[in-house]
Amino acid sequence: MNTLGEATLHAFQLLFTGDAGLWEIVAISFSVSLRAVLIATPPAFVLAFVLAYGFFPGRRVLISVFHALLALPAVVVGLLLYILLSRSGPLGEWKLLFTQWAMVAGQIALSFPILVAFGHAAIAAGDRRAWETASTLGASPARAMLTLMFEVRFGLLAALVAAFGRVVAEVGCSMMVGGNILHFTRNIPTAIALETSKGSFAQGIALGMVLMALALGLNFAVAMLRGGRGGAVV
Amino acid sequence: MKKLRALAMVLLPPAMATVAAADTVRLAVTTSTDNSGLIQAVLPEFERSAGIRVQVIAAGTGRALQIGRRGDADAILVHARDLELAFMESGHGAHRREVMFNDFILAGPAADPAGARDAATAADAFAAVAAAGEGGGARVESDGTDVEDGDSAVIFVSRGDQSGTHRRELKLWRAASVAPGGDWYREAGQGMGKVLLIASELGAYVLVDRGTWLAYRGRAALAVLAEGDAALRNVYSVITVNPQKNPHVNNKGARKLVDWLTSRAGQRAIGGFRIQGEVLFHPLVHPR
Repeated sequence: MNTLGEATLHAFQLLFTGDAGLWEIVAISFSVSLRAVLIATPPAFVLAFVLAYGFFPGRRVLISVFHALLALPAVVVGLLLYILLSRSGPLGEWKLLFTQWAMVAGQIALSFPILVAFGHAAIAAGDRRAWETASTLGASPARAMLTLMFEVRFGLLAALVAAFGRVVAEVGCSMMVGGNILHFTRNIPTAIALETSKGSFAQGIALGMVLMALALGLNFAVAMLRGGRGGAVV
Repeated sequence: MKKLRALAMVLLPPAMATVAAADTVRLAVTTSTDNSGLIQAVLPEFERSAGIRVQVIAAGTGRALQIGRRGDADAILVHARDLELAFMESGHGAHRREVMFNDFILAGPAADPAGARDAATAADAFAAVAAAGEGGGARVESDGTDVEDGDSAVIFVSRGDQSGTHRRELKLWRAASVAPGGDWYREAGQGMGKVLLIASELGAYVLVDRGTWLAYRGRAALAVLAEGDAALRNVYSVITVNPQKNPHVNNKGARKLVDWLTSRAGQRAIGGFRIQGEVLFHPLVHPR
């Protein structure tokens, strides 16, 4: 039986001997989650701005809906996507099931509510005068919106980091629509799930440490950017 | 510009790999063949010789068949004869070949409180486990923890996931005239490797295929209690998904894979896969 100490020691060996299989999995994880967050962020922040500064019926309801969506289980997103993307499903022609883009799609769906909800909170807490000044100086609404977003950039960055943290650690949806295919759709969380089921804990622990190192690094980076004004964000 | 190129380097290569090429075959396999390491040991030779990339999705037989039925894989490797025949009969499969076999074993605590070791047949061993389990060996406290009754706690851990192993287990309960249920019968709903580890942790009885059993030797603290019965024979088949039902499947590649798996070279590769000198899966088409 593997003890925790042995497994951890072996995990460090895997990490620092540059085990190709391990780093390939790490690269897939980062690539997929980065794509998802990069695609989801622009529309999510524009929506967050509209929710904070727009006046239209149903605005409050919409905000509540996005807050509720924060609790959306990843497997439910995975199941819906699975049914949609299956060759027998309505979007079967796209041939996306069991590909990285299916995982990206799932992670977009998961990160979008986080980006909207946190982005909305950041923008709503921002200084309204930034928007008003920019508007009076003749900036277009889009330009004024960007000015305001720049004012609250740390809050938005925190939303981004939180969204990335959520999707890069997510297992249910990736397992379902990615299929955990080696060299292809096996990312950190699905690999950990597989290694655990195989009883080989060292690789699971090694991958877990990569995730933790990433979370720490991101938080330190954001804290540094804030110039020591803020604490942890995820 | 440099930053942009670095970003593209991170994002693009895996993105390009997602373009499903015609020389890719998607194969859904049972967890027992994947967890044991067989698939990873055997397929690279086919990939090299045929120039076809095989993408493997590990799922229980029930789910693998469903993946095939929906056309989400080009071929499936499964082990549940009645389900396979139904799959073929309803036109979802184009071509089915039996590839290899091993056997199931009943594993359990070495102390064997149920006395399964002394049973004449596999069904009798299952009946003994059920009788000891129903006899109140295992009780569960309201908080879910097991009451320790010395060595007498008899628990059976079931896959509970409509996999080939689960189907066989249900068949054996029927043969033993037992309707399993109650505190002693735990449905885990997970893959073979995980269920074996759960059974090991609980000191429980479990039905496991020999491939996984050998692959997990040293990690599962259990003993073989029943083996060798004809009712425990475990045959694996490979089925190509019917292109008439799912026109987009890569039937040509799938056929090549089936032909290779049943060829002398493929059969040799299967028979040559060993763990600590023991053959895990025996070739059926070209036995040595």
